[in-house]
Amino acid sequence: MINPAATRPAAAPAAESVPTIPMPRSCPMRPPDRYASLRDEQPRRVALRTGRTAWLLTRLDDIRELLAHPDVTASRTHPGFPLQIDLPDRIAEDELVSLVGMDPPVHTAVRRTLVGEFTVKRANAARARTQECVDSHLDAMQDRGHAELIADLALPVPSQMICELLGLPHADRDLFISSTAVILDRDATQDQQYATNIALLDYLDDAVAAKEAEPTDDLLGRLIATHHDKRGGELDHHAMVGLARLLVVAGHEATPNMIGLAVLALLAHPEQRRRLTLEPERWPAAIDELLRYFSIADQSTSRVALTDIRLGGVTIPAGDGIIGLNAAGNWDPTAFTHPETLDLERGSRRHLAFGHGAHQCLGQNLARMHLHVVLSTLFERLPQLRTTVPIDQLRFKDDSTVYGLHALPVTW
Amino acid sequence: MHVLADREICIGAGQCVVAAPDVFDQDDDGRVLLITDNPTDDSTPSITDAVSACPSGALSLQQINPPEPPPAARPPGTES
Repeated sequence: MINPAATRPAAAPAAESVPTIPMPRSCPMRPPDRYASLRDEQPRRVALRTGRTAWLLTRLDDIRELLAHPDVTASRTHPGFPLQIDLPDRIAEDELVSLVGMDPPVHTAVRRTLVGEFTVKRANAARARTQECVDSHLDAMQDRGHAELIADLALPVPSQMICELLGLPHADRDLFISSTAVILDRDATQDQQYATNIALLDYLDDAVAAKEAEPTDDLLGRLIATHHDKRGGELDHHAMVGLARLLVVAGHEATPNMIGLAVLALLAHPEQRRRLTLEPERWPAAIDELLRYFSIADQSTSRVALTDIRLGGVTIPAGDGIIGLNAAGNWDPTAFTHPETLDLERGSRRHLAFGHGAHQCLGQNLARMHLHVVLSTLFERLPQLRTTVPIDQLRFKDDSTVYGLHALPVTW
Repeated sequence: MHVLADREICIGAGQCVVAAPDVFDQDDDGRVLLITDNPTDDSTPSITDAVSACPSGALSLQQINPPEPPPAARPPGTES
């Protein structure tokens, strides 16, 4: 029940040291501990590992307001952008070509070239092929009798599906998987970031050039046929390569992580899981709750103020970076009753796991469909699924900009 | 109740379709299409969800205006 009249105490001087991003979690299944008290305070400015600073927004409504605000920029090359990973300058410029870093009106025009590929209808049309892919990976797992779920299912299924969508050879998936891991890694060095990005961009440069020479019936081929500037469209070769990179990384970074965490959560809630098997029409609502609960891309919702703006009761000066911590917003008790409870029947789509506003996740319909097919099929075929390692020995991606599990050994 | 969908603001996320598939659809470019702009009252909860879920603010609800009241008597001094 939303209670907008709930008052919050004025910010008190912190007794402990000023928090910085990323913040520690005492329980790997829950957001960082400090988020709850941050929600009770006025937004504050913190230091990031890169030496940049950011204002932290932690309440759902404030983050929504940020993401719909006309006076912010998403540009990664703005000196105030709250970068968490030191990008070499040349790569940062390539990020500017990337959709995530664009602002209206350019953003609007470029995004429009892709939106038709990611509609609800298109996601539904890909369901049968996704089911085949899941079935064949589960067949291989079942033959072995045990599995490491991330490497054996959570990574390869979305990877194969994005390769097929884009028209890239699945045989090259190791490049995409390893590149994505480095790109998201806060601990990767500048040299590693540079080398990884260059290798991926060179590969995609060749792939796009090949499609420009001989059109193919896949997303990149269709993009070239309809929107290439050689045909009077709005995208040049460089822009095409940038979009290809964005889609490759996006297709590899989030869904695999959500699958691993969702499996762990479902294993920890057997009664709710059994209800899903008996009433499979409940899966879509369950998936939205799992998305809310984990909010794995907590800090992707970052912007810079272009003018002095008022948010969350503070004035953020022009040029300052802002992070809308969407894991904090998604556990805002004024928006979700008992947010710390995983309630697979909650049925709320008001969460910010996919962001909000013009940059809201382009792939969300596909992501939801992948999660649905993978999770429902997994638990239908392997109802006795269980982990072979206690949770305190599992390795979580505390140093990635997208949260998840490194590995999840299972048997059944 | 009138549903308004601004196709210029729409970013094609499709969350309205998910929330209220009897009221909203997407064209091939992903932009919102109203299946009906005069939905029945039964659809109100799902449409409210759709409006809330819309990331771009393209959707809004409008109460249908009540009939105009009869014109009031002219104020004194306006008759020429």
